[in-house]
Amino acid sequence: MADLLVEARRLTKRFGALTAVDEVDFEVRPGEAFGFLGPNGAGKSSTMRMIAAVSPVTSGHLRVMGLDPAAHGPEIRSRIGVVPQEQNLDEELSVYENLLIYGRYFGLPKKVIDERVAELLHFAQLQDRRNSRVEPLSGGMKRRLVIARGLINQPEVLILDEPTTGLDPQARHLLWDRLYRLKQQGVTLIITTHYMDEAEQLCDRLVIMDKGRIVAEGSPRALIEQHSTREVLELRFPVGLQEEMVARVEGLAQRTEILPDRVLLYSDDADEAAARLEARGVVPEATVSRRSTLEDVFLRLTGRSLVD
Amino acid sequence: MAAPPALRVVEYGARVYRRTWRGSVISTFLNPVLYLLAMGVGLGKLVDQGSSTGDLSLPYLTFLAPGLLAATAMQTAAGDASYPVMAGIKWRKTYHAALATPLEVHDLVYGHLGWVTLRVAFVSVVYAAIMTAFGATSPLEGLLSVPPAVLTGLAFAAAVTAYTARLKDETGLSTLFRFGIVPLFLFSGTFFPVSQLPDWIEWLAYGTPLFHGVSLCRGLALEVPFEVDPWISLAYLAAWVAVGTWLALGNMRRKLVL
Repeated sequence: MADLLVEARRLTKRFGALTAVDEVDFEVRPGEAFGFLGPNGAGKSSTMRMIAAVSPVTSGHLRVMGLDPAAHGPEIRSRIGVVPQEQNLDEELSVYENLLIYGRYFGLPKKVIDERVAELLHFAQLQDRRNSRVEPLSGGMKRRLVIARGLINQPEVLILDEPTTGLDPQARHLLWDRLYRLKQQGVTLIITTHYMDEAEQLCDRLVIMDKGRIVAEGSPRALIEQHSTREVLELRFPVGLQEEMVARVEGLAQRTEILPDRVLLYSDDADEAAARLEARGVVPEATVSRRSTLEDVFLRLTGRSLVD
Repeated sequence: MAAPPALRVVEYGARVYRRTWRGSVISTFLNPVLYLLAMGVGLGKLVDQGSSTGDLSLPYLTFLAPGLLAATAMQTAAGDASYPVMAGIKWRKTYHAALATPLEVHDLVYGHLGWVTLRVAFVSVVYAAIMTAFGATSPLEGLLSVPPAVLTGLAFAAAVTAYTARLKDETGLSTLFRFGIVPLFLFSGTFFPVSQLPDWIEWLAYGTPLFHGVSLCRGLALEVPFEVDPWISLAYLAAWVAVGTWLALGNMRRKLVL
């Protein structure tokens, strides 16, 4: 059991009448990047807050590094790093002061903190911002600073809640690169996200959550293989014509999904499906053929899209 | 053993203050001078002329200064225990960040109160020096009135922290100052003895912590009798500290541990 980093059995979190996390089971192994994928309100953040020993467990069994968060909160927190969804830096203070104060909260001597700050600022590409106030920094810089802050205690596990929400694509890729490096250094990553591309990029293994429950578990590739076809043909019809067209595409693919604005044909060979579509004389306004993603897995399992 | 982690929170207060002290310089150094000039010297002249046969046996400036010391301690504490606490819980969420480290809620509460106490002590010492410079008290007597002022500050810091931790938004803070701190400032014996108030308000004044702080400061700084038994005042203020801290712990836990 000690070789599991996190072990949850029938883990439950209730807020009054609302059940945010409903008897979930999962395990995180050392050194892996583990993801919680799901839409907003699925219970991902509540689960993460319990793992981070900041939110008491309502019921069920939870061990983090073999320890019970209810009894060993400070000890667990001293060995993990947390990157919260909501930015909570001290904006009045400088980049350096934010790291210094956080390090002091962990009881680290100033000398040790100063050494680590130099490395962390380099890692977060904030070397020339050391003495800048935090407030005017860009969203991407603040997020990297929060990650640097979460690493000040050299944690065994880094917990990231929606790490790239609100960032532009360039900032996201930079962040992914930094997270990948951490993983290479042996830091276990636990990530929540509602972006399927983020989950596919970063996670070795993930669980898909919906309405407080885990609906599937596995590697991104295994999940796609298990719950979707290899490829997808997306069809868009002129407004008002979709309903009529749906009847005419029936039986063309292994599975058909009808969304408000488009029709998805699941097939292992999208080009072949397109050819058969043409043979039937159906001409959509636009077609896109692509590979299946975790978004399709989610749609299959829950009947809804990830991002509304 | 909460002491070491709570000290880290005191250190945090000091580091933030090192960045932001400029904003509070005026209130710390200039306000006592302005108040003592306007009220003590200016208004005092009128009061002393009018009450040569009245019940005030000492110059008004002398009467006023120790009371203002206690009132200043209250205001400093209330200010530092309200907006910064709201910021930690809601605006900047720095308390949430701190709770992801080994710190616990009680470390935050004790550390925060410890820092406010240091701040109040600093402001009180500055104030005592200024009131000595005005000739209101001797240096020793001025210094003697600092500890009761700090205790008054701590009583308010605990109660205001508990109050702020219960609020949903900041409107409750202006309510606190408008209907709590300002009336206390005016009617707790700082500017005139509460015996001059109508009976029912007088009794109300006896119930306020500031009245007891003023009584202690004045009794120690001047050769005048305490308005109530100093041990009663001391016990009363200590009770405010104890109950306020207990409520602050509970309210902060309810707000921060979800």
